[in-house]
Amino acid sequence: MDFTFTEEQQLFRNSTRRFLEEQYAFEKRAGVLEQAHGFLESHWQNFAELGWLAMPFAEEYDGLGGSPVETMILMEEMGRNLLTSPYLATVVLGGGIVAEAGSEQQKSALLPQVGSGELKLALAFAEQGGGYDLTQIRLRAIKNDSGYLLDGTKTTVFYSVVADKIIVAARTAGQAGEREGVSLFLIDRDAAGLQSRDYRTQDGGSASDLDFKAVQVPEEALLGREGQGFLPLQRVIAKAAVALCAEAVGVMWAISEQSGDFLRTREQFGQKLGSFQALQHRLVDVYMKCQLGQSLVYDVVCALGQQAGEPFGPELLRKVCAAKYQVGLDARSVGQEGIQFHGAMGMMTELPIGHYYKRITAINSTFGDPRFHLRRYRELMIQDQETVA
Amino acid sequence: MDMKFSVEAEAFRAEVCDFINDNLPDDIRHKVAQEEMILPREMMVRWHKILGKKGWSCPSWPKDQGGAGWSDEQHYLFEREIALSDAPRPIPYGVVMLAPCLLEFGTQAQQEKFLPGILSGDELWCQGFSEPNAGSDLASLQCRAVAEGDSYIINGSKTWTSEAHIADGMFGLFRTDSSGRKQQGITFLMIDMKTPGISVTPLMTFEGTHEVNQVFFDNVRVPFANRIGEENQGWAIAKYLLGLERFGTAEVGRSLASLGRLKKLAAALSVGEGCLRDDPDFMNEVARVEIALRALEVTEQRFLFGPGGSDAMGAEASMLKIRGTEIQQDILELTHQALGYAGQRGQDSGSVLQIAGITPEKAAMAHYNFRKTSIYAGSNEIQKTIIAKAVLGL
Ligand SMILES: Cc1cc2nc3c(=O)[nH]c(=O)nc-3n(C[C@H](O)[C@H](O)[C@H](O)COP(=O)(O)OP(=O)(O)OC[C@H]3O[C@@H](n4cnc5c(N)ncnc54)[C@H](O)[C@@H]3O)c2cc1C
Repeated sequence: MDFTFTEEQQLFRNSTRRFLEEQYAFEKRAGVLEQAHGFLESHWQNFAELGWLAMPFAEEYDGLGGSPVETMILMEEMGRNLLTSPYLATVVLGGGIVAEAGSEQQKSALLPQVGSGELKLALAFAEQGGGYDLTQIRLRAIKNDSGYLLDGTKTTVFYSVVADKIIVAARTAGQAGEREGVSLFLIDRDAAGLQSRDYRTQDGGSASDLDFKAVQVPEEALLGREGQGFLPLQRVIAKAAVALCAEAVGVMWAISEQSGDFLRTREQFGQKLGSFQALQHRLVDVYMKCQLGQSLVYDVVCALGQQAGEPFGPELLRKVCAAKYQVGLDARSVGQEGIQFHGAMGMMTELPIGHYYKRITAINSTFGDPRFHLRRYRELMIQDQETVA
Repeated sequence: MDMKFSVEAEAFRAEVCDFINDNLPDDIRHKVAQEEMILPREMMVRWHKILGKKGWSCPSWPKDQGGAGWSDEQHYLFEREIALSDAPRPIPYGVVMLAPCLLEFGTQAQQEKFLPGILSGDELWCQGFSEPNAGSDLASLQCRAVAEGDSYIINGSKTWTSEAHIADGMFGLFRTDSSGRKQQGITFLMIDMKTPGISVTPLMTFEGTHEVNQVFFDNVRVPFANRIGEENQGWAIAKYLLGLERFGTAEVGRSLASLGRLKKLAAALSVGEGCLRDDPDFMNEVARVEIALRALEVTEQRFLFGPGGSDAMGAEASMLKIRGTEIQQDILELTHQALGYAGQRGQDSGSVLQIAGITPEKAAMAHYNFRKTSIYAGSNEIQKTIIAKAVLGL
C-alpha cells in the first residue's frame, strides 16, 4: 500500500495549480467566459507546454506516458479552479478513443498532434432520446462505393465547435440498444452535410447538437474496425467518467474549504457562524463526503492503472459506477450545503459557490447520473453474485 | 374527522377556477409555468388589475378597505387554485406585507395615502430589511436614520432587496438609536424610491437573474409622516409583519403544479424504446416527493383548520416553510435531472427544444434559482431554531 505521489506527480500538481491559480483566479473567470465558446484559445499552447495535452498518451506517440493518476491530479486541480476548456473533449474523449480504437497509423498521425496542441478533437456519442445508455445509437453509417454515408443526429457534443475533427459513434449494423454494429468515424468538422447548432452550457462551457444529412466520408475515416466500436467507446466513457469524478472531488474540496473560511469569519448574533453547532456538524458532513469521495476515486484510479491494455472487467466497471454514483450524489449535496452556508451571498454570481454547483450539476448529467450508475452497479453486483453461485 | 371541504367552499373553489380559466392571460400563465417567480412588472400589475376588477387583488384586507371578507377556507382555496393554475403569486411586498402593517399600526392619513396605490397595483414596494452585516441577525441592522427638522436623514445601505429596481417605494427598518438593546432603536419607515440620494445597484444571482439589489442611501430625506408607529418601536412592527403569512408559505399548490409538470415530462421524455416514466428508479423519487408533499399538505390543513383555526397557529408555521421549500427544491431539481444532457443547455442556446412544455434552460434556471428559498424569508436554519425554542421549549 502506498498512498504517496511520486515526486514527478507532486511537481505536476504544483505546476498545474500554480498556472490555474494565476491564470484562472475566480476574479478573471467572468472575463474568460465572455470569450467565444468560453475559453481562451491562446492558452491551449500553455496547456501543451504544461504537459496536459500529451500526458496520457504513450511515448511512442510523443506522449508523456502518464497514468490515470496524472489525469486525476489534473482534473482535481481543474475542478478546484473551475476551468472550462476543451481539455476533456480533446484529450480524454477524443485522444482517448483514438488511442483505444485507432489503427497504428491513425494513432501515429493523430496523437502527437493532440499532444502538441495542433489538433483539437470532440467525441459525438450521445443522442436525443438515448438517455445515458451508450448502446442507444441510431445515427446510421451506410457503406457505399466511396466509403460511408452518415445520417442522423448527435446531441451535447462538448466543444465540437472548436474541434478540428469529430469522432462520431455510428451504427453500421444492428439496432439501437445493441452493442454490436457500432462503428467510429473520424470526420472533419466542416464536412459537407454536417450542420451544427452550437450553444453555451449552464456551466460556462460549449456544446453542439449535430445534424448529419447524407455526410459522405471515405473508407479511411473509419476509426478501428467496422462494427467494433462499442467496447472502445465504453472504455473511454468510463475513463472520462472517472476523470469527472476527480474533477468533482476537486470541486468538493474547494467548496468545503471556502465554506469553512466563510463560517470562520462571518458573524451573526455577535458570534462566528462557525460557533453554531447546527452548522458545525453540517460542515463536518461535507468534509466527510470529500474524504469518502476522494477514496472512491483513488480506488477506481488505481484499478484503472493496473488494468492498462486489458479489457475492462466487471469489477472495474463496478468501481467506475461506485465512484460516479457516490461522488455525484455527495458533490450535489456538498454544493447545496455550500450555497446554504453562505446565505444570500451563496446565491450571488460574484462568488464561486454557485458556479461550482452548476459544474457539479453538469458533471452529474454527463456519462450517467447517480441513479444510472447505482442501477448499473446493482446489476453488476447481482451478476457477480450469480456467477459465484 | 372529516377532510372534505363544505359544499359552499367547493362552490367557491369552482368559481375561482372558472374565473382564472376565463381571465388569466396565456403569456402570464406560460411564464409562471416555467417556474419564473419574479415576473416583469407589467405582468404583475396586469394580473393584479384583472383580479382587482373582481375585488380579489387584496383579498386578506378588511372588506371596507377593498378586501374580500373571506373565511379561512376561502383564502386557502383561493391561494391554492391560483397556484394550481399557474397564476402569479400575489404582489408580495405591498399587498401582503406593508398593507397589513399600515392597517394595524398606521395612522388614518397614512392609510389613506398609501393603501390606494397598493390596491390598484399602480405602486409597487420593496422590503428593506437585510443589510450586508444583518441577515439572520436582523436586529443588528446599522443603516442610520437621524432626525433633523421634520425628517429623518438616512445614510447607509440595504442589500438583497428584491425588486428594488422596479419598486416605487421601500418600507424598511432603520437604526435611530444604538444606545440600548439592538431590538430597541429600530424605526419603521416608508421611502419614496425617487427621493434624491438613493441609488440602486443590481446584484446578479449565479444563474443570471436580476431580482435583488443593493440600495445605497446618501443623505436621503424621509419625512416623519412616513414613519409607521413610534420612533424606536419598529421591531414590533417587523415581528408582526414576519408572522403574517399563513396561507401559502408551504406553496403546496405551486408544488402540486410543478409535480404535475414533472410527471408529464417523465412520460414525454423518450429513453430508448420507452420513456423516462418506465424507469422505476426515477419514478421512485417522484413518488417519494409526492408522498412528502401530501404529508405537508395535510399538515398545513391541520394547522389552518384544526381546533382554534389559523389563529391558533404559532411557531408551527415555521415547519411549513421548511418542508415547503425543501419539497419545491426537490421537484425542480428532479425536473432538471430528468432532462439529462439537454438540461445542460445554457440560457443563450436559443433553444428550440421543448419537451412537454418544458424548456431545458428554464428548468435549469428554476432549479438553481429556487436554492434561494431555503435562505430567504427566514432561513430554514433560523426556522428550525424557532421551532426548537418556541414549540419544543429547548
Ligand atoms: C433571492 C433573495 C431575495 C431576498 N430578498 C430580500 C428582500 O427583498 N428584502 C430583504 O430585506 N432581504 C432579502 N433577502 C435577504 C434574506 O432575508 C437573507 O439572506 C436571510 O435573512 C439570511 O441572511 P444572510 O444572507 O445574511 O445569511 P447569514 O445570516 O449570514 O447566514 C448564513 C448561513 O448561516 C445560517 N445561520 C445563521 N445564523 C444561524 C444560527 N444561529 N444557527 C444556525 N444557522 C445559522 C443561515 O441559516 C445561513 O444558512 C433576500 C435573499 C435572497 C437570497
